Amino acid sequence: MGFTAFNPTWLLSILPELLLLALAIVVLGVDLALPAERKRTLGLWTAAGLIVVLLVTLLVPLPQGPAFGGVVQIDGIAGVFRVIFLLGGILVALMSMDFQPLRQDGPYYGLLLFSLLGMSLMAIAENLVMLYVAMELTGISAYVLVGYMRETPQSAEAGLKYFLFGAFSSAVMLYGFSWLYAFAGGTGYAQVASAIGFVRFPLAVLAFLMVLVGFGFKVAMVPMHFWAPDVYQGAPTPITAFLSVGSKAAGFAVLLRALQFLFPALEMTWVVLLVAISMVTMTLGNTFAVWQKNIKRLLAYSSIAQAGYVLIGGAAASQMGVASAAFYLIVYTVMNIAAFAVVVQVSNLTGSEEIEGFSGLARRSSFLGWSLMLALFSLGGVPPFGGFVGKLLIFASAIQSGLIALTVVGVINVIIGLYYYLNVVKVVFERRSEQEQEPLEVPAPSKWVLGITMAAIVLLGILAYPVYQWVWQASAGWF
Amino acid sequence: MEFFWQHLLSLILFVPLVGAGLVMLLPKEQDRLIKWVSLLISLIPLAISVIVWINFQPGAPGFQFEERVEWFPQIGSSYHVGIDGISLVMVLLTTFLAPLALLVSFSIHEEVRSYFALFLFLETGMLGVFLALDLLIFFLFWEIGLIPMFFLINRWGSEHGERELWRGYKVPARTYAAFKFLLYTMAGSLGLLLAIQVIGLTAKTFDIVELQKVWPAFSGSLFGLPISVIKTIGFWAFTIAFAIKVPIWPFHTWLPDAHTEAPTAGSMILAGVLLKLGAYGFLRLVLPLFPEQSVQYAWVLALLGLAAAVVGGFSALGQDDFKRLVAYSSVGHMGFVILGVAVAAKALGGEVNVLDAALATNGAVLQMFNHGITAAAMFALVGVVYERAHTRNLKDFGGLGVVVPAYGGILLFCTLASLGLPGLNGFVSEFMVFRGAWAVFPAITAATTIGLVLVAAYLLWTIQKVLLGPLNPRWETMPEINAREAIALAPLMALMFIIGVWPSWLINLFNAAVMQLIG
Amino acid sequence: MNFPFLSVIIFAPVIAAVLILLLPKDRQTEPKVLAAAGAFISLFMAVWVFLAYDRALGGYQFVEQVPWLPVIGSSYYVGVNGMGVMLVLLNALLLFCAVLISWHIEERPREFFALLLLMGVGVFGAFTLLDLLLLVLFYELVLFPIYLLIVNWGWKPLREYGAMKLTLYLLLGSLVAVVGILAIYFTSGLRTFDMVALGGVKFSPEFQRTWFLPIFVGFGVLASLWPFYSWSPDGYAAAPTAVSMLHAGVLKNVGAFTAFRVAVLLLPEGAKFWMPYIVFLMVMNVVYATFIALVHTDFKYIIGFASVAHLGVVLMGFAAMNELGWSGAVTMMFAHGIIAAMSFAIVGMVYDRTHIREIKELGGIIRRLAPAALGFAIAGFASMGMPGFLAFVAEVQVFLGLWKAASLAPWYPAIAIISVLGIIGTAAYMLRAFQYVFMGELKPQFADIPPVGPLDKVAIALMSLPLIAGGIYPLLVLPVIQSGVQSVLAVLGGA
Repeated sequence: MGFTAFNPTWLLSILPELLLLALAIVVLGVDLALPAERKRTLGLWTAAGLIVVLLVTLLVPLPQGPAFGGVVQIDGIAGVFRVIFLLGGILVALMSMDFQPLRQDGPYYGLLLFSLLGMSLMAIAENLVMLYVAMELTGISAYVLVGYMRETPQSAEAGLKYFLFGAFSSAVMLYGFSWLYAFAGGTGYAQVASAIGFVRFPLAVLAFLMVLVGFGFKVAMVPMHFWAPDVYQGAPTPITAFLSVGSKAAGFAVLLRALQFLFPALEMTWVVLLVAISMVTMTLGNTFAVWQKNIKRLLAYSSIAQAGYVLIGGAAASQMGVASAAFYLIVYTVMNIAAFAVVVQVSNLTGSEEIEGFSGLARRSSFLGWSLMLALFSLGGVPPFGGFVGKLLIFASAIQSGLIALTVVGVINVIIGLYYYLNVVKVVFERRSEQEQEPLEVPAPSKWVLGITMAAIVLLGILAYPVYQWVWQASAGWF
Repeated sequence: MEFFWQHLLSLILFVPLVGAGLVMLLPKEQDRLIKWVSLLISLIPLAISVIVWINFQPGAPGFQFEERVEWFPQIGSSYHVGIDGISLVMVLLTTFLAPLALLVSFSIHEEVRSYFALFLFLETGMLGVFLALDLLIFFLFWEIGLIPMFFLINRWGSEHGERELWRGYKVPARTYAAFKFLLYTMAGSLGLLLAIQVIGLTAKTFDIVELQKVWPAFSGSLFGLPISVIKTIGFWAFTIAFAIKVPIWPFHTWLPDAHTEAPTAGSMILAGVLLKLGAYGFLRLVLPLFPEQSVQYAWVLALLGLAAAVVGGFSALGQDDFKRLVAYSSVGHMGFVILGVAVAAKALGGEVNVLDAALATNGAVLQMFNHGITAAAMFALVGVVYERAHTRNLKDFGGLGVVVPAYGGILLFCTLASLGLPGLNGFVSEFMVFRGAWAVFPAITAATTIGLVLVAAYLLWTIQKVLLGPLNPRWETMPEINAREAIALAPLMALMFIIGVWPSWLINLFNAAVMQLIG
Repeated sequence: MNFPFLSVIIFAPVIAAVLILLLPKDRQTEPKVLAAAGAFISLFMAVWVFLAYDRALGGYQFVEQVPWLPVIGSSYYVGVNGMGVMLVLLNALLLFCAVLISWHIEERPREFFALLLLMGVGVFGAFTLLDLLLLVLFYELVLFPIYLLIVNWGWKPLREYGAMKLTLYLLLGSLVAVVGILAIYFTSGLRTFDMVALGGVKFSPEFQRTWFLPIFVGFGVLASLWPFYSWSPDGYAAAPTAVSMLHAGVLKNVGAFTAFRVAVLLLPEGAKFWMPYIVFLMVMNVVYATFIALVHTDFKYIIGFASVAHLGVVLMGFAAMNELGWSGAVTMMFAHGIIAAMSFAIVGMVYDRTHIREIKELGGIIRRLAPAALGFAIAGFASMGMPGFLAFVAEVQVFLGLWKAASLAPWYPAIAIISVLGIIGTAAYMLRAFQYVFMGELKPQFADIPPVGPLDKVAIALMSLPLIAGGIYPLLVLPVIQSGVQSVLAVLGGA
């Protein structure tokens, strides 16, 4: 294994990640300078910084291709996922400013940025060691963030739970990595991929399964979903949103890449496996969501189900599948964050996260009511919103690949999903409550979050083309 | 003027409809204005139909004053109207009775505007059936007339009485009657509609004139059935629809209810014109379109005519309700018409003496006209006494001849016309029917004469119960028939007399058409 | 024809809806005026399109095409043929009338009217789009305003259940159909959702037979095809008046028309294979719904079942697979739309004033609400196929079409006979409802109910007009419809 000489353009190709690191340091520095009562502005610093990073990512033509001797691979899909993470980060940072129970301080936003950095690295990693490091960086920051409200027992408990599950799954995954290393004698994807073809089939599959445990934990797919409802419920709501969006997207970034470049030899196997997992994940997530009384638990199960839809795109094993999955994740990011942003507002006000607490919301604030409705409709796949187009593209890719049964299960799941989303909408709009006359003022950052997400939900639906075109071209390099 | 002469029939047809619209625009409270305007409007079609009558050429073959406009070209149906002798007589009867019925209706006080508008609407419906030369248009007017009649009975019918539907569940009698009338007629017309569809689809036209040439000659098979089966089914579909309307026993049970519960003018029009629609349907459609089947089943028609005459007669005999009695008498009288129609049907086979057939068929048409005026007069007279006494029970009356002599005289005159006294109109037509039918259906005709006897029996009985005998003290102050009512009845009585002594002016009008019909 | 007529029709209500939502919260009148204005622009344009449509030329006219998702071959592609012209006109008319009828809404009028307009937008789209993907999008776009309208402004005891049932049924149906559409998309090999282009593809008979059923039945759910109709009466009973009007009046037509356009026109072989069997379900629509309506005593349910029965006739027209049947089906869609909307509008007027829907508890209302009674009589007689009303013109064509279809399967004439017999049932329940509600003695508790307002009168008049005018002079509507049917047949090569 020859070493390639260091090339300065490598640094340029990971510029977004470097900028994230710099931003984290800046935020921690500013934290020291700010008086306690103004620490809330840290959220603005974070968001503004992230916007700069986003603009750089989008507008500056960064070098593409492998860097650092193939440890990372900068390609179109990686670019898409970077944007997803940055977008999620901006929205979560803004949202966090309005979450009252949360202590506003530098470490919080710093950890958020570190976690984002980890995710970004996950998306570009093409080496097992790099991948492991990136996942741990993401994971450890997230464990702390989940338990960040130390004074609330639920948050602490959730943090612990998340940590235990995470540690377990990453241990299994690491063990799987060690097998892969044993097969190939190296940790580069290409190396491993070519070696796997020569390994005895059961062993290869076993290794694949162990690795899948780690990825599955991140995307919260069945059977690695157990942590999600408890952790989502206990974590600070903005962090719940962050986990449900960023962590999941990062998991998919890794999973999709690994399927194509780490295990291409096992394609016959993993397609069948993913089809099965996707079916179970959707069905289980949606079915459990129906019974939930707590909005965060409901959204937790819903996000499990949503992972199931994205898995369909993976199972399709085609350019359209990958492109649709990536497109869906973009849409999913905005709509899920929108839903949580409304939850933040309501729980600030009522201190409750029970669905009943949303009664009369539309009468108190038409803006919040309509926002939540649009978000849930989009999650449920009602046109003309982004969620509909996303689901449509995913099902289209499945049919293109001949996965008719999977499509049918998916369609049935959309119906089940719509049932519980509509139930929440019903409470928001139709149920009355005693406080419905008190108007509810939405603070500015949340207004921005909701404004951006609402616009995105609608535009991704009715003007989906430019975005899908971008994702489509980005995924062209893989096939 | 050009337009006027080109569209005489359309004007007759649509003036009442437009008039109905005008009436609806009048202020709601102006009862008198509404009544007079409606009456004047109804005189317009009468005037035009008289003009048509004057310009009508009785001897000419085919239809006259034809008009034809594209209407529903997709399926080969057009707005096609025209008249021959038979329809002219019927149109005259309708336009003649309508103003009289409106005059009688001046005693209406509830929701006058709607009543008069509906009445004019009804006139259009009836005229349309007589004028239509297109099956679909025929059907259109056939059905549309039900709407106003339904409301007239339902809303302005007699206010008393209830009918038990089932398990003690009661509805007002007029509602019951209106529903029965509508549902019976509609049920009958469903078969008609289906048969019309099959005919139209096969012949690719709904034009009656065309169909009369094409359809009887049509051969081959349809829907895997031989054409003769299809035609037989079609024949019965038509026959049942028209039989319900006439009505022929056993489809007659709606009639006593409807006639009894309808307002006076409604009964006049029902008996005077609506019943003729069915008989007209036989002559215009059943016989020309289904000649073979008509010959084959003529005896059934004759038997049904017999049944109607006898059942109607016996039922009338058993009535205590004056209006119901007159209603049943209509069933009986229409039985004679059907007997004449049966002869005409038989004659299509060419095995009947032309003279007999012509006599009977002419008699049937004349009987339609005669019954139209007599029945209208009878119902009007029942209405007159009911408005004064508020009862129709014959047992309550008696000796009225002394209190209201003028009324008694008119009633006696009309009754005698109805029972067929020579010198009055009923005698002429009934004689013609029996004379013609005798040679064709001797046994049935002989039996039908029972009907004649029954008519005489119950009508004389009625005279006795109403006018003669001891006076019920309740009626000592009963007012005499007033001028308006007398004016309404006078033209009817004049016609009864004129036709009785000189029927040929009327028969000449339709004789050519009848001859053409029976070949 | 460079002016984007169809886009104006589709998006005028959207703009009105957005403006309404931007109004301050407490405004009562402005939302209504804006809604009426938006709906009126669409109506005006729809009338214009109706008059300007070149009947001799036929085919799709007023076409506009803008790329939307070119990567998968989908574009915003609108156009109407003669059939579409009628349906767009119907929707525009009913949307406008629905706004008028809802003028008395005082509970959150902003949201109500915005949602109502959005519902209309979805329908316009579904009638005009020639791109399968966007067609589905608009088709489903309709669902969400309906859900909210029913849940928020519907009839309390039933609204949650009714709304959920309706939404889930319709969604399930449409998603099943979507799967079929995707199958068409991929099998065609054209990589386009352009229906005109897809119409030129000859799919293999096996493919057509496999996929016809899910697509037709999937969309058929929205047309309340038996046995998937049960959302309809419950949904209508629960919905506020304007929603029942639009739902019964146009949405069911969306289902029937889309089923026709997608399943029958793209998969004609499949249609020929399956229609002779599916037609039995349609007969069940007529027979079953008629029997239930005969015994029901809830005013709104009766109308709901009547509409289920009528849709049976519409679908039968399509099932006849010939020019007459199809032309009849489109005419029936138009006629049924108006009848249903008008009936529901009148049920609403009566209910708003009496708060009773049980027909036996009403009575004599004609004395207070004469225009409503007149309207109901017109709708009732039209709905029983009385000649002189547009529905008769439609039914005659459908039945003739069924007779003609005897070459497809020998039992078609029997179907025609059975459905004609249904007319007598319709007559019975319509008149029964009329009798109980409007006739008889005016009950004292209704002596002071307010009379029918001027806007309601305008709406009733607007809806009666085409029903009667078209019945008296069918050539008013038939040439347009026929030109549509013929251009479709020309594409199919005379199916």
